[in-house]
Amino acid sequence: MKAFGRVHKYGDNVDTDVIIPARYLNSSDPKELASKCMIDIDKDFVNRVKPGDIIVANKNFGCGSSREHAPIAIKASGISCVIAETFARIFYRNSINIGLPIIECAEAAKEIEAGDEVEIDFDSGVIYNRTKGTKYQGQAFPEFMQKIIKAEGLINYINNQ
Amino acid sequence: MGMTMTQIILAAHAGLEKVTAGQLIEADLDLVLGNDVTAPVAIHEMEKMKIQKVFDKDKIALVPDHFTPNKDIKSAQHCKIMREFAMDQEITNYFEIGEMGIEHALLPEKGLVVAGDVVIGADSHTCTYGALGAFSTGVGSTDMAAGMATGKAWFKVPSAIKFVLTGKPGKWVSGKDIILHIIGMIGVDGALYKSMEFVGEGITHLSMDDRFTIANMAIEAGAKNGIFPVDDLAIQYMKEHSKKEYKIYEADEDASYDETYVIDLSKLKPTVAFPHLPENTRTIDQVGDIKIDQVVIGSCTNGRLDDLRIAAKVLEGRKVAKGLRVIIFPATQAIYLKAMEEGLLATFIKAGAVVSTPTCGPCLGGHMGILAAGERAVATTNRNFVGRMGHVESEVYLASPAVAAASAVTGKISGPEELGL
Repeated sequence: MKAFGRVHKYGDNVDTDVIIPARYLNSSDPKELASKCMIDIDKDFVNRVKPGDIIVANKNFGCGSSREHAPIAIKASGISCVIAETFARIFYRNSINIGLPIIECAEAAKEIEAGDEVEIDFDSGVIYNRTKGTKYQGQAFPEFMQKIIKAEGLINYINNQ
Repeated sequence: MGMTMTQIILAAHAGLEKVTAGQLIEADLDLVLGNDVTAPVAIHEMEKMKIQKVFDKDKIALVPDHFTPNKDIKSAQHCKIMREFAMDQEITNYFEIGEMGIEHALLPEKGLVVAGDVVIGADSHTCTYGALGAFSTGVGSTDMAAGMATGKAWFKVPSAIKFVLTGKPGKWVSGKDIILHIIGMIGVDGALYKSMEFVGEGITHLSMDDRFTIANMAIEAGAKNGIFPVDDLAIQYMKEHSKKEYKIYEADEDASYDETYVIDLSKLKPTVAFPHLPENTRTIDQVGDIKIDQVVIGSCTNGRLDDLRIAAKVLEGRKVAKGLRVIIFPATQAIYLKAMEEGLLATFIKAGAVVSTPTCGPCLGGHMGILAAGERAVATTNRNFVGRMGHVESEVYLASPAVAAASAVTGKISGPEELGL
């Protein structure tokens, strides 16, 4: 499985309140959530984002609330992968459980810039910055998590057991 | 090498003699929790599953607390989905608003969590129950759906940071000040993926409500859970509130910790977290002159009886500053009633505060106290992220009930000592 797209770049501690503020949590419809995604940190994100695009951020991405609405909104926006130095743990679980690919890679998170075109190979964990010609090795998932991602989420994984 | 308290509880629930940090395990769950924001998503996910019945109708707790009493039509629809699911699945622990409360104050009060339990909740502050010596952690809605169906969840066994608490905290230093101090020290990702294990004789000076506050905010340091040893006070609490059998687990003497911090509680001062991260802490003598528009006292962090008693002690015989909005939320119906019987609510109302029914409302910018652009609030809640309590240009300062109540009187961020207390 591969992803390719243009990068939207953010800093440290992007919390789930800015990814999808609570005032929009009276909906659980992915499309509706996507229409407000990142609104409190990047108002123009919803206009700029294109299917396949990639979010790159620094440490502790997705900190705060357990709202699965956050990775759901990101996924429904068309984002194909989130690369970060580290993820907050509930966001990390939620992303795996709903089948939103995420990769931890400190170097890539630091060096990739907004607008770069980046390619990710999920099987090898290799992140390739086509714009700059640089390559990074992201952390591959443990086998158990790979199985969940391959099943496109925890629910399918359990159903298949 | 030995195991931490968290690791021992997880091993016991995974049917394993021994677990080590980083190991992936599947553990049996004693309780699965959801609220009106997260449960409807979980219920939708569960509809896709082959298993259609919950694993144990007594081991699910559903609490409509976030946008209740229903704030708008969409929220009412979500509450209805949860209510109908609870009826259909004959869930024992569904709490309609007349018997409800903010979930993390309600569950221990109802005796649904005891020492030794493994609990997941589709709410990040599920880590609160570590105060009772349980392993409890926040998850998302899909984990909740899987947990409701199978009674199991997958975990990566965490390593731990040990916090040795010594000394006796000063008069106006509470659990909130202790946890804000710790978050200020280690940062909002200082305990990422890890357990925070609190030990030391300083704990004997902390009430159960202080401990709930400390464990509650473990997530604000990125932790998987926060946990306390089970002492006489915790046992007494469980005996008063629960018929469930508790089990006391203790960390091995040779358990390994990533780091150990020794914190002398007698040296701590009331502490405030400035916008927009809980780690931006300053002691009360360093806050400067910050005028405020609103004070919120309540939430799963600080809406318990001790918190209200402290706020009432500060507000007794005093008046809220002119032009300031002060909103007080007892965390559960039982706390509300007790606060009424003790005369605390009368104190609040006479001082010029409003008292609301239990709800998470303002803490997450849902309803019942939203901030306009440029406004500032002192809140006893848990997060001060951008836009957390309303407009993206509003600000939240996190503090203890004592500081929030004193600030209510002066109209700026103040400690109780400024009032001569």
